[in-house]
Amino acid sequence: MNNPKEKIHEPLFHIVKRSKDALPLWKSWLIRAIAIVFSLLVCSVIIVLLTNQNPLEVFGALLKGSFGSERKFWNMLQNLAMLLCISLAITPAFKMKFWNLGAEGQVLIGSLCSMVLMFTVGDKIPNLVLILAMLAASILGGIIWGLIPAVFKAKWNTNESLFTLMMNYIAIQLVSFAIMVWVPSGSSVMGLVNSSTKAGWIPDIFGQKYLFNIIVVAALTVFMFVYLKSSKHGYEISVVGESENTAKYIGINVKKVIIRTMILSGAICGLAGFLLVAGTNHTISKDLAGGNGFTAIMVSWLAKFNPFVMVITSFLIAFLQRGAGEIATNFNLNTSIADILTGIIIFFIIGSEFFINYQIKTKAKKEDK
Amino acid sequence: MEAPAIELRNISKSFGYITANKNINLTVNKGEILSLLGENGSGKTTLMNMISGIYYPDAGQIFIDGKEVVIKTPKDAFDYRIGMIHQHFKLVDIFSAAENIVLGLRNEKFNIKQSTAQIKKISEQYGFDIDPSKKIYEMSVSEKQTVEIIKVLYRGADILILDEPTAVLTPQETEKLFAVLRRMKEDGKSIIIITHKLHEVLSISDKVAVLRKGEYIGTVNTAETNESELTEMMVGKKISLNIDRSEPVDPQDRLVINKLNCINSDGLKVLDNVSFTAKSGEILGVAGIAGSGQKELLEAIAGLQKLESGEIIYNNPKTNSSDNLRDKTPLQIRELGVRLSFVPEDRLGMGLVGNMDIVDNMMLRSYKKGKSVFLERKKPRTLAEKVVSDLEVSTPGIETPVRRLSGGNVQKVLVGREIAAAPTVLMAAYPVRGLDINSSYLIYNLLNEQKEKGVAVIFVGEDLDVLIELCDKIVVMSSGSVSGIVDARTSTKEEIGFLMTKKAEGGNSNE
Repeated sequence: MNNPKEKIHEPLFHIVKRSKDALPLWKSWLIRAIAIVFSLLVCSVIIVLLTNQNPLEVFGALLKGSFGSERKFWNMLQNLAMLLCISLAITPAFKMKFWNLGAEGQVLIGSLCSMVLMFTVGDKIPNLVLILAMLAASILGGIIWGLIPAVFKAKWNTNESLFTLMMNYIAIQLVSFAIMVWVPSGSSVMGLVNSSTKAGWIPDIFGQKYLFNIIVVAALTVFMFVYLKSSKHGYEISVVGESENTAKYIGINVKKVIIRTMILSGAICGLAGFLLVAGTNHTISKDLAGGNGFTAIMVSWLAKFNPFVMVITSFLIAFLQRGAGEIATNFNLNTSIADILTGIIIFFIIGSEFFINYQIKTKAKKEDK
Repeated sequence: MEAPAIELRNISKSFGYITANKNINLTVNKGEILSLLGENGSGKTTLMNMISGIYYPDAGQIFIDGKEVVIKTPKDAFDYRIGMIHQHFKLVDIFSAAENIVLGLRNEKFNIKQSTAQIKKISEQYGFDIDPSKKIYEMSVSEKQTVEIIKVLYRGADILILDEPTAVLTPQETEKLFAVLRRMKEDGKSIIIITHKLHEVLSISDKVAVLRKGEYIGTVNTAETNESELTEMMVGKKISLNIDRSEPVDPQDRLVINKLNCINSDGLKVLDNVSFTAKSGEILGVAGIAGSGQKELLEAIAGLQKLESGEIIYNNPKTNSSDNLRDKTPLQIRELGVRLSFVPEDRLGMGLVGNMDIVDNMMLRSYKKGKSVFLERKKPRTLAEKVVSDLEVSTPGIETPVRRLSGGNVQKVLVGREIAAAPTVLMAAYPVRGLDINSSYLIYNLLNEQKEKGVAVIFVGEDLDVLIELCDKIVVMSSGSVSGIVDARTSTKEEIGFLMTKKAEGGNSNE
């Protein structure tokens, strides 16, 4: 209608946010599937170029990492459970838009609390009492590590991302210090603790070492789903996360909700620390959490904070991690190549979310209108 | 005769079905100050945004120095030596004044010394008082504004547009700004200033152009006009809306507001000795230019705004007791048994949660009820269904997130919920803003229903025709203080318009 004097230079394409409900569910899953196919293609090119291996064999190894044997399958489930557990821990905080980047440290402190008891009084009290005491200590440790930044945020509005991040380093140093004290040889590696008495070790269930952890995390998943969706606390978390102004308007005590939610978040991280020490590793190192405190953020976001979907996303990550390790050993490759491959796959999966939320309109298409 | 510095011919712009500007004509000569006058939503800022390249007009022409130009981007505007000083400053807090001023300039090398000298030169020329090395976050509002003005002068602007520059200034600072503007005028610059304050219009400008509801009413020479003529041009003749209004039945003092004072985070006095009484069975209107303290007043009553002094007395009809609501949280107010409903101005940012569905939004007020740790969604669901059918909310379903609804439907959900709480006091801030005619009348009827039930309704509005026909009494606010309380049945638009733009008399009234 309007005739600008100069011809307006139009870009070749522009990006438009998809209108509400425009994309049917099957289409969004199709986009995700296409993304995975593309990622595998790119991976194949990389594999051929860098290692000269047959890509199909490499992908086979990727599968074998999780499904190659019963033991590998259980290992994958254990990894999944621990990653999921930490993801569940950070989810209420993230839903509240409290960026808890300190899960790593909260888990480590939880582990350290368990280990202190296991190491010092392991042989002196009955096993059941010991395990319960370890559980309580771990949860308490996680709570303290989560509570400190929460109180500072609520009272003085400090930046929680930096605060929680720094708390990680304190936790790492504390663990290093403890190992230095406990291991007289000066080695930074601590062997299995109480390997003869198995004091503080969670017993096998049905002969399965990891089943206990898996059951606990499964129960936790259901709990978190119900907590977020159907409890008054969960409702308050959603309101505070969506709009602090609305929360104040209806009389929610925002400070209280922040502190309460971080207590929960820290407690579950502490529990994860307990499961790592008592359930699987029976030792401690500063890498015990293995970066899961950060990977958990991705798991949680990808699942849009839905605990049940998080089972799928954490499976995906655990599967890729196991597969990557398998590739590295089978083909005598550096672990870096495996990391490159998982990186590519995750990149494509996350990138596909862009195409689900946005639409690319080309110039030609626009003129049709 | 020399061609005017800037001339607009038949400029029109609409957003969707809302016409923001319709056939606007304006002329500003060199060395002239033009005031642009109009109520909220009359299209002043839209018009100025088109001159400064933020919007592009749907139709019409712009001439600079007699030549037709196309202004598509803010950069084009700069190239034509047009500079706009926005109401909300666009400065980087951690940078110094000088750094902010040179920010984004591509055609010169970054040389802060040279720039500082240049800034000093401009300051001396026009009488600015500024330290170029001072960081923005250390500055007062008026200093920040100075930086914004120097920023456009530094870029060589000859046409300056100031969007409500005095809204954030004290009277002394305003005087200083006006002195600077006069000096610029002598220097041959053309200035367009948007303001609501009539006395300022008369003291600073050479010409006044008036807009009303997006339409161009006319331009008059300041020397040949007066406050009452300008008010009439601004508010227009009375339009009959045929809103029903019943006589209040047995009005009783429900909410007594006594000498409220409030200072905001910028240190400005936003409420200045505000006193009035809201009666049951009455609709009390609050009129005033946006930002005259209406928001702070309602939030203070709702327990969301800290006050320096004053009392908010609530007379409870059930217990016949009186409580002071000042400094109480919304929760404490509710626990006192005060049934206060509040439809805030920011519907999705405060009244509702955009990403939640209608059911969950209905729960906002009531979710805490009961001892269970779990939510009870049955009653909110019934309520949601009732609101959707009673108020004819058009929505795909009650499980649709409210942010997906249109503005009118969002408002119906919010008002529906607030009324469902069976309030004794109902406060509504701009409840019909952005709503179409039918939805607006539905809201008026709902407010009238509440009034007939004996609720004390406080209605903050911007359309004077509506206020006059809907309300029983109207409190007029100007710069944070009450400039008058009038009977809506006998008052005129001119009277209210005049009170709205009346100069604040300072804090020394002995009332």
